[in-house]
Amino acid sequence: MAARYSFGGDEHLFVECSEEMSLAAFFQSLSISRGVRDSGIRGVTEICPANASLQVKFDPDVIKPEDLLQEVRAIETAAAQAEPVISTRIVEIPVFYNDPWTHETLMRFRERHQEPGGTDLDYAARINGYGAVDDFIAAHAGSPWFVSMVGFVAGLPFMYQMVDRPRQLEVPKYLRPRTDTPKLTVGHGGCFGCIYSVRGAGGYQMFGITPMPIFDPAQKTSYLRDFMVFFRPGDIVKFKAIGRDAYDQAVEEVERGTFAPPIREVTFDLREFQQDIAGYNAKLQGLLHDH
Amino acid sequence: MTIKVLHQGLATSVQDLGRPGYFHLGIPMGGAMDRYALRAANRLVGNDEGAAGLEAVFMGPKLEFQRDALVAVTGAEMPVRIDGQEQPGWTALPVKAGQVLSFDFLKSGARIYIAVSGGIDVPEVLGSRSTYAIGAMGGVAGRAIQPGDTLPLGAAGAAAPGRTVPEALRRLPGTPAELRVLPGLYWHRLTAEAQASFFADEWKVAPEADRMGYRFRGGRKLDFVQRDQPFGAGSDPSNIVDSCYPYGSIQVPGGTEPIILHRDAVSGGGYFMLGTVISADMDLIGQLQPHTRTRFIEVTMEQALAARHERASLLETLRAHLN
Repeated sequence: MAARYSFGGDEHLFVECSEEMSLAAFFQSLSISRGVRDSGIRGVTEICPANASLQVKFDPDVIKPEDLLQEVRAIETAAAQAEPVISTRIVEIPVFYNDPWTHETLMRFRERHQEPGGTDLDYAARINGYGAVDDFIAAHAGSPWFVSMVGFVAGLPFMYQMVDRPRQLEVPKYLRPRTDTPKLTVGHGGCFGCIYSVRGAGGYQMFGITPMPIFDPAQKTSYLRDFMVFFRPGDIVKFKAIGRDAYDQAVEEVERGTFAPPIREVTFDLREFQQDIAGYNAKLQGLLHDH
Repeated sequence: MTIKVLHQGLATSVQDLGRPGYFHLGIPMGGAMDRYALRAANRLVGNDEGAAGLEAVFMGPKLEFQRDALVAVTGAEMPVRIDGQEQPGWTALPVKAGQVLSFDFLKSGARIYIAVSGGIDVPEVLGSRSTYAIGAMGGVAGRAIQPGDTLPLGAAGAAAPGRTVPEALRRLPGTPAELRVLPGLYWHRLTAEAQASFFADEWKVAPEADRMGYRFRGGRKLDFVQRDQPFGAGSDPSNIVDSCYPYGSIQVPGGTEPIILHRDAVSGGGYFMLGTVISADMDLIGQLQPHTRTRFIEVTMEQALAARHERASLLETLRAHLN
């Protein structure tokens, strides 16, 4: 895919790898982002990878916009030659689906929803062709997700499901956004999953809640002491459905500072993944539990 | 050695020149919306230009000083009082311990910047003292100031009272306000008619205008070039696959009301952007009141860079003047 380049004012270069979302486009945006970072171009101040695009912030007093564009184009070409392999990590995130807190919230904003008569999970299950909510949850938690972008607000991951496109869960956003969403809600809008890092407005459908803090400006959470944001673009996430007891226990562990999500280093190869998605995902999942 | 907050004004927060470097994780640069005004205020009281001051919008706070200090108020036009006595803006004013700084009603502009010799010495978070309320970080406990707060002050440098910034070196938007825009990003999504009407129409600042972004109303609805929406983009023609948002970028959800993202921008999302306000005009946005008539002016990259150099030389003139 040849990327499209455009300037966002005099300080941003926008690189669109593809108009539509795909793992290949995400992988390209991540590769170019890493290429730009590693090249250490003078005048580049920030590199923000997104789902199928990226943004490079620069100081035009140091590098001319056109010169930067040429440099990034060269990196795009080099990235296309490079092996589609990245070193990243996989993390297992417990989710209490159908929990009382998101349920209370979704009931409060029912008139903004496509189906005021049911829950967000009922609706998502039905329009994705699942007969029962439990089957939908099994699909949501059954395969891993790529963190394809971190942002909107601090530390919020956008996640792209690592399955064939026909199997991807898709749900429209609320008709009108809510003014409230519980912190750590696991949501879904379009083809993207997310975890709300802070309480606030939101338009994604709400499926459950995780006890695992992902953004902690006070940095009291054990695994957020080095940095307040947990996710990085390129992280792989596997959800694990848990019930109320396990949720309560995890919250207690978080408070005691002993909660530790399973995290493993992993090398991801896009070609191997595409050859056998189910097999590759099973291998990734095995890594989490040291099989 | 502190300042005691008697009244908070309206959403008054500690701001410096921001915390660049974390936008890829959703944490915006933040900092003073009108950076030039903050730099000038700091210069006046002998601080580094990047020292933390207070940014107050529409309504000033009431502050009691607990040590002698120099204070300067820049940005919007809002009469300054020390123990009730009116004082000039854009001027280094001596304040004695026990005196109270207060403000009259706003006359023009939107945001004042209050610099105090020594700077507001709250702890740095990720290299900045700026308040980012959505992320509950920076400033005073990650929020706007409240009555009863005490604001710590750093060690003051040497500066003389009475220095002032001449009118010619102050900057507020005109009427109508003019914001220069470099078209781009998803500009091609608009029809030729919509591209023309965006720049031809007069817009007004909507009440939804804050540190995250400024919304505008009053221009004609923008139409989109027809297409089948790409996978993952969402069904509305103004939707895109969620991408990064540049600071200053202009998104128009549903084609109706343009929103310019500012210092506390959300870092990305699923709305197309038609272009970006150039860096030279970002400060001006922070001085727009709701209902201000506004025109968007189309510029090229060359013009954007020329305007940027003009801004830089104005700052150099200011520095030379206050040396």
